[in-house]
Parts: sequence; structure tokens; C-alpha cells
Amino acid sequence: MLELQNISFHADDKDILKDISLKIGDKFVAITGPNGSGKSTLLKVIMGIITPTSGRIIFDGQDITDLPVNERANLGMSFAFQQPVRFKGLKVIDLLKIAVGQEGTAAEIRSYLKAVGLCPMDYLNREINDTLSGGEMKRIEIAMAAARGGKLSLFDEPEAGIDLWSFQSLIEVFENLRNVTNGNIMIISHQERILEIADKIIYLKDGVIDRYDDSAKIMEELNMRRRGGCDCAHGQGGVSCNG
Amino acid sequence: MDELEKRMLKEVAELDALPVGAFNIRSNGKSESRNSTANIQIESRESGDGINVYFKDGTKNESCHIPVIISKSGHKECVYNDFFIGEDCDVVIVAGCGISNCGGHDSQHDGIHTFHIGKNSKVKYIEKHYGEGTGTGKRFMNPTTVVYLEEGSTMDMDTSQIAGINDTYRITKAEIGPDATLVMHDKILTNFDQTAKAEITVDLNGDGSVCDIVSRGVAKGESEQDVIIDISGNAQCKGHAECDSIIMDKGVIVATPKLKATCVDASLIHEAAIGKIAGEQITKLMTLGLNEQEAEQKIIEGFLK
Repeated sequence: MLELQNISFHADDKDILKDISLKIGDKFVAITGPNGSGKSTLLKVIMGIITPTSGRIIFDGQDITDLPVNERANLGMSFAFQQPVRFKGLKVIDLLKIAVGQEGTAAEIRSYLKAVGLCPMDYLNREINDTLSGGEMKRIEIAMAAARGGKLSLFDEPEAGIDLWSFQSLIEVFENLRNVTNGNIMIISHQERILEIADKIIYLKDGVIDRYDDSAKIMEELNMRRRGGCDCAHGQGGVSCNG
Repeated sequence: MDELEKRMLKEVAELDALPVGAFNIRSNGKSESRNSTANIQIESRESGDGINVYFKDGTKNESCHIPVIISKSGHKECVYNDFFIGEDCDVVIVAGCGISNCGGHDSQHDGIHTFHIGKNSKVKYIEKHYGEGTGTGKRFMNPTTVVYLEEGSTMDMDTSQIAGINDTYRITKAEIGPDATLVMHDKILTNFDQTAKAEITVDLNGDGSVCDIVSRGVAKGESEQDVIIDISGNAQCKGHAECDSIIMDKGVIVATPKLKATCVDASLIHEAAIGKIAGEQITKLMTLGLNEQEAEQKIIEGFLK
């Protein structure tokens, strides 16, 4: 349902993404790779937050390369930011209402907060400002993307900023999301537990797709490399490092 | 009261019908209707230029509405409303003024409200100013609010100018006694070539006195806002002022903080920030399906809520 055709992105004299072509149709796809490999940029290009220097993006057979973010959202794409945005004055309920749309019920809104481990009574009327902790913001961000639902949900490193005690419930959130959603999920993650529940893994390195295969295969390669003690000093952490 | 006046009443006081409790509805310089209750007495001032409102000691869970409507182009007025709130009260006062000017003459409302708040009383004060009209005549609104808070009393003010006022000069002065608290949320939205000046002066005179002033402004078009918050800590007290503003288009905002401490136990803080709407906020709302204009509108709505 999502096809990337020769996507490149160049900024500050650097090639962040290099001629990426990919067809993605699996339900749960994880993107992983070293810091600076272009993971977040790739996800933002898909959502339209960043405009690629070249290449085309096809979503459900439609060329969406020139569509603004909101039109992609209305085609069924949602996005959860790695660093959620804060708003002075707007409350959790205000954004969740926008996310679920006019047909969303109060019970539905509450269910999305419960699913990320937040009590609706305590959080619905909280302002999305500095009084919320980083972990709370992340949970609300995930709830919003889940509430938005749709055909393709994009999550940029949802585990970042979540404490270890909450991590198990985060895994459950994504397991549950995977079971209930009719759409597909793409998620940037470094966490083994999340990578394990993915159908496929994209391993990005230096702006190119180093590997794209079944989760089990990639995980096996990653584990083998770890057991082999390779710190990938010369290969910069790539799964296909031959060092 | 005609349909236009009813609509203005809804806009400034959220009233669809005559309110429950005490009220005085002023329309084009005259008292349209008035009601006193057993505990809240409304009387015309002898000078005829406003009202005195008396709240008996111990008045609780009662409200007083005093909205003002101006729909005649060229009508100008200066009104004095004094509120005498007894001890141990807990009341809500809703003011507000709407000017509809479809003519060629300038209309103006200058409202001077003075609150004398007795010991241990709580007052919630809501004041909304609004203008509209297609005429060439301008709409001017100059509210002055003076607050005297006695020992242990609290004033929670929610004041706003939401749209359509060409020029405003808003003055707020408060003298705060021992263990008394003033909370103020002031919101101004200006557009086109409108101008707004707000001066908020607070004297924290009693030990244990507190003030928390939050001023939020949005200047669109070529409008200009000038906000001055001046807090003096003259006792063991806590004062906090926050002045947050968003500028859009060619809007201009000047925010001037002034803190003065005359007592070593005074703790005063001022925060001020001016900037455009953060691009990431717009992007976030666009990921929820809003277009850029809808996203901006939502952000401003929340900011001024």
C-alpha cells in the first residue's frame, strides 16, 4: 500500500536519504538502525512533514508526494512524534476530540487514554503544557495516533522517554494496536521487544536501506553479530557489516 | 431588547434570557432591566452615572450580572460601578460590554469598576469585551478595574477582549491585604489596525498576600498591543506575572515587566515571552487532519481560552 520511489533528501550539504525505493504492505513494520541513519527523516518524508529532494511517494495507488500533511492525514495516515509538541491552553481532550473526529464518542476518547495507561479522569482536562512529564506526553502522543487510526500509523521512537516500569505496558499497547487496527503500522524503534513483534524490519544505515526482511531473520542476524562481539567500529553498526 | 441586543448579550455574558439572581442590564445608556435579591442590592448612583452593588455578609453561591450593550452609533458613556462585598461571601460577578456599531459615528464605553472585598470573601469576576459592526464609526472600550482586597479575601478575575474593538486602554489596579489573593487571567486579541494598551498594577501590601497575573495576547494584522505589568511587594508576599504573546502578520507587541520589592520577604517573579506560533504546533495539528488555517485558529483559541 505504500511505495517509495527513489526518495532522496539532501540538507546542509549532506545526503540524509539516498535513493530509497521500497514497497511496504505488511501490517507491522519496524525501522531501526544507528543514530543519524535517516530513520526519522524517512518517516517524516512519508507523512509530508519533510519534502524529499527527489523521488515519489505512492499511497494506496495515489501519488501523494505533493500533498500537504493534513491531506495525507485525511487519507488515513497518522503520526506520533518522537518529541511531542506542547500547547499552551489546549487540553488533552481538545486534541483527542480532533483526533477521533466528529463521530468519536466520549467513551472512545477515554478508551485511548486507558490503553496507554493514563486515567481519563486525571488527564482529559490537563493542559498539554510543561506541567506534563516527558513520559506522560509520549503516552498522550501515542493515544492520539491510535485514536486517529486509519490506514497507516507512523510512530517515531515511541519508547524514547518512557521509563522501564512503563515499558511492558507500552509493548502491550503496540501488541494490542496491532491486533485491533485494520491499518498498517510503521514504527521506529531500537527496542528488541518491539522489533520482535514486527512482521518486517527495515534496517537503515547512512541513508540507505541496508536490510529489509522478515523480523525473525533480521533479529537473528542482529543477535549473531552481538554474540560475535562485533562492535561495528568500521561498519557503523550495520547488520550487513562484514568486519 | 431587539434581536441584535439579545445576540450581543449572549456574546458578552453568555445569557439567552434574564439571569437568575441579581442583575442590571444596561443598554444604550439606560438600565433596561434590574433585579436585586435578598442578599444583593443594586442601586443607581445619585449622580446617575452607574450603580452601586451591595453584597450582605455571608452571601454565598449567588451571582450578579451587569452586562452593557451599545448598539446606537455615536453613543459614548462613562459608567461607574462600585461593588461592596461584605465578609465571608462567595459570589460570582459577570460584567462585559458589547458594542455594535453599524453607523458612521464613533461609539465608546468607559467602565470604571471598583471592588471593595470584605474579609475572607471570595469573588469570581468575569468580564468580556466585544465589538462588531459594518459602519465606519469606531468602537472604543476603556475599562478600569480597581480592587481592594481585605484580609483573607480572594479575587479571581477572568477578563478578555475577544474581537472588534478599535482601541482600548485597560487599567487594572489592586491593593492586596494580609493573606489575600488576586488571580487574574487577561486575554486580548487584536487585528487589522486595532490598538490595545493594558496596565496592570498590583500592590502586595499585607503579609501572606499573593498575586498571580497571567496576560495573554494575540496581535494579528497590523495591530499593536502594549502590556505593562507592575507588581510591588511591600510585605512578606508572593507575586507572579506571566506575559505571553503571539504575533502574526505585521502585529506588534510590547511587554513591559516591572517588579519592585520594598520588603526583604517579598518574592516576585515575572516571565515574558513573545513569538509567532511554533511551526511544530501547526504541523502536529495538521497530522490530525486540520489545514494550516484551522490549526492556527485552534492554537489561538486554546491560547486565549
